[in-house]
Amino acid sequence: MTLQLDSKIPSGPIQDKWESRKFDSKLVNPANKRKYKVLVVGSGLAGASAASSLAELGYQVECFCHNDSPRRAHSIAAQGGINAAKNYRNDGDSVWRLFYDTVKGGDFRAREANVYRLAQVSVDIIDQAVAQGVPFAREYGGLLDNRSFGGAQVSRTFYARGQTGQQLLLGAYSALSRQIGLGAVKMYSRTEMLDLVVVDGHAKGIIVRDLVTGELREYAGDAVVLATGGYGNVFYLSTNAMNCNVTAGWRVHKRGAGFANPCYTQIHPTCIPVSGDHQSKLTLMSESLRNDGRIWVPKQQGDKREPGQIPEDERDYYLERKYPSFGNLAPRDIASRAAKEACDSGRGVGETGLGVYLDFKDSINRLGKDAIAARYGNLFHMYSKITAEDPYSRPMRIYPAVHYTMGGVWVDYNLQSTIPGLFVLGEANFSDHGANRLGASALMQGLADGYFVIPNTIAGYLAEQKPGAVGADHPQFGKIRGEIDDLTKRLLSIQGKRTVDDFHRDLGKIMWDKCGMARNDAGLREALKEIPALREEFWKDVRVLGSADSLNQSLEKAGRVADFLEFGELMCRDALERRESCGGHFREEWQSDDGEAVRDDDDFCHAAVWEHKGPGEEPERNVEPLEFDNVKLAVRSYK
Amino acid sequence: MKVVLHIWRQSRPSTSQDFGQDGKMVRYELDDVSADMSFLEMLDILNERLTAKGEEPVAFDHDCREGICGTCSLMINGRPHGPERGTTACQLHMRSFQDGSEIWIEPWRAKSFPVLRDLVVDRGAFDRVVQAGAFISVNTGAAVDANAMPVPKADADKAFDAATCIGCGACVAACKNASAMLFAGAKVSHFLHLPQGQAERDRRVLNLVETMDKEGFGNCTNQYECEAACPKEIPVRVIADMNREYNRARIKS
Repeated sequence: MTLQLDSKIPSGPIQDKWESRKFDSKLVNPANKRKYKVLVVGSGLAGASAASSLAELGYQVECFCHNDSPRRAHSIAAQGGINAAKNYRNDGDSVWRLFYDTVKGGDFRAREANVYRLAQVSVDIIDQAVAQGVPFAREYGGLLDNRSFGGAQVSRTFYARGQTGQQLLLGAYSALSRQIGLGAVKMYSRTEMLDLVVVDGHAKGIIVRDLVTGELREYAGDAVVLATGGYGNVFYLSTNAMNCNVTAGWRVHKRGAGFANPCYTQIHPTCIPVSGDHQSKLTLMSESLRNDGRIWVPKQQGDKREPGQIPEDERDYYLERKYPSFGNLAPRDIASRAAKEACDSGRGVGETGLGVYLDFKDSINRLGKDAIAARYGNLFHMYSKITAEDPYSRPMRIYPAVHYTMGGVWVDYNLQSTIPGLFVLGEANFSDHGANRLGASALMQGLADGYFVIPNTIAGYLAEQKPGAVGADHPQFGKIRGEIDDLTKRLLSIQGKRTVDDFHRDLGKIMWDKCGMARNDAGLREALKEIPALREEFWKDVRVLGSADSLNQSLEKAGRVADFLEFGELMCRDALERRESCGGHFREEWQSDDGEAVRDDDDFCHAAVWEHKGPGEEPERNVEPLEFDNVKLAVRSYK
Repeated sequence: MKVVLHIWRQSRPSTSQDFGQDGKMVRYELDDVSADMSFLEMLDILNERLTAKGEEPVAFDHDCREGICGTCSLMINGRPHGPERGTTACQLHMRSFQDGSEIWIEPWRAKSFPVLRDLVVDRGAFDRVVQAGAFISVNTGAAVDANAMPVPKADADKAFDAATCIGCGACVAACKNASAMLFAGAKVSHFLHLPQGQAERDRRVLNLVETMDKEGFGNCTNQYECEAACPKEIPVRVIADMNREYNRARIKS
């Protein structure tokens, strides 16, 4: 093992770890902060909150995003809500319970200390967001409302109709905009990071492409913060936005950052089913709908009657039947597998048979149509736009789809990667969700990392660095820029026959069939042959038109798909090596008689951290053992 | 189904001297479009075909494809986001068009949104309006408990209705004056209805209006085209809110 995987977890009782880290950490005094420059890549919840908070502290911040405005990062599409252990409902919630639910929800594959800190700062996030003017849902008394989400038996989710991500991102964007207006943050939109510059083992800058002019540019800083989201688009079809990609994460991996648990992907149970080959992306229907919707399939195989024609006693409300204590609010991995099982047994609905019903009839009868419209109006509207069906009168058809990725760049407790000076936040890192993320926890983690963790932990690193020690005139910048330039020229010179999307679709099919909701040894071994072959074909036969010195969307996509073609292989390798089932990683060989995931705690109670060994070389699998001192390892049951 | 497309093609960015003089409408035919496709998926297919023929694909902005990020920005048959009310271009489906339709697709047209290429425009002016004051000045860590300040539900709902703006720019594209008053009004109205927004109330509206003017957006002449085009159906009352706030602040200052 050659990666140094020191998790840097503070000693002492779990409740005191974060306090003691904040106290032990070196500080940078206010007059010196302005001498340090931090480059923040990404402007979603994690990136925007980090950039604004660091600028408020007095650091020089430069922030980069590939969208035309920082407000458009994909955090904006999160629908249902954000968890916080406020216990405003007096229903038994606490920091400890949120911590416990998250560790259990992640199937005991997350780092305890990180999760505890996440639960601790969750309460501050809500305060911060409300102070910014985020219009959360309120009750008539003027206080904040809550709802329930999967994997929890308390109501701790704060929400803003079905647009919670939008409202929280706009809050973070407004804080970022304020700092841009004050001149404390320099913002570079339509600018994509293409590589990391490492000097003497430390992250000292980035190479970016200006997506309008095509120009490659170098930026030097004293630290680099990556908040570039997840890699779900390796599957081609996912609920991610079209431009989400793994490029930043993958390229820092190739520069020496360990990449942890790439096989942990979340398949979300409630998405609108695929309707045809032309489909470019999948649309999520928020998990919050499971508060009021009941999931069912016909009991009979091949029952093609209209849903309204199927009597109550011929319906199988399978989640309520199998998991009576959590019912329709079983966690995502479990609900997804149950849907797959129902469809695999020939009881799926809709034209393709790949769908189950999410039925609001009982709730509409109980609460009235208006109450349901007030809670989920925008989601129902979106559903009817896409399917041309009315979900108020006919149950929704839903099916699982790729949604979130728990794996990511390995980070220690300070959110620093194995490259000193490179910090990774939000979905782009690996640390808090284990093998399965609970609903309404992604927004919480992105904002916790950006608002509260990085502003405290980055000082410990910067205090030991001489500010501005390396400038963009350092020869390493020119060298790496030259490498990116060569890569671009190579992509444009192939002039083959197949489009970038065509390759991406093929890769997505391999990943979904062999590294999707269920995986097995034989399938993964096939994928490990097919992906390199597809990659080779890509580099021989892809057709990218246009030039490098203009706005060229095909070229942007080509670079991203080239990275997915390398990354997909690592994902399959990780899935093959993890010989157990846990959370979203379901190996068919490791299941109980009733089809539940079976973990192997003796051999796999660790994070697998991959180390890049150079092109054509096998990557090395390192491990960070996970220790559970506060939560007892147990079979995860929602029955 | 079959469609005939007329699409604006422009290879270099517009500048203050060059308003896209090399641009022109180009005709394309597609004869195997499915009614279940989204409008943007139809453009994806066009781009695949163009690439196969060796012609550069049409550049257009898009990202989430679920109507929330506000990236897509197409003028379709002269209407921002096309014929469906309350719907972004990415949520528009081909079933909204008849077989054999001719469809004209253009970028947003406004001086403040220069075209970068084909259907892609620069909406940086919107960001600069927000930077001028569409925020509450609260540093991270300085917040009091979230329930310390109750907000009547009716006020919270009003703030929310304004805050659902996705910043797409359809309001500007629809307006004959290229006015950004629905956009800026939505920001003013959002903070106006919350107690947290009161401290900076005067400064906010004055700075927003000044920046809007500086960015070259026109004034409102009460045609309500913006409200009709807004995919999130932001009501024009937010413009009334902004006008009232502006007058109030001017009188006080």
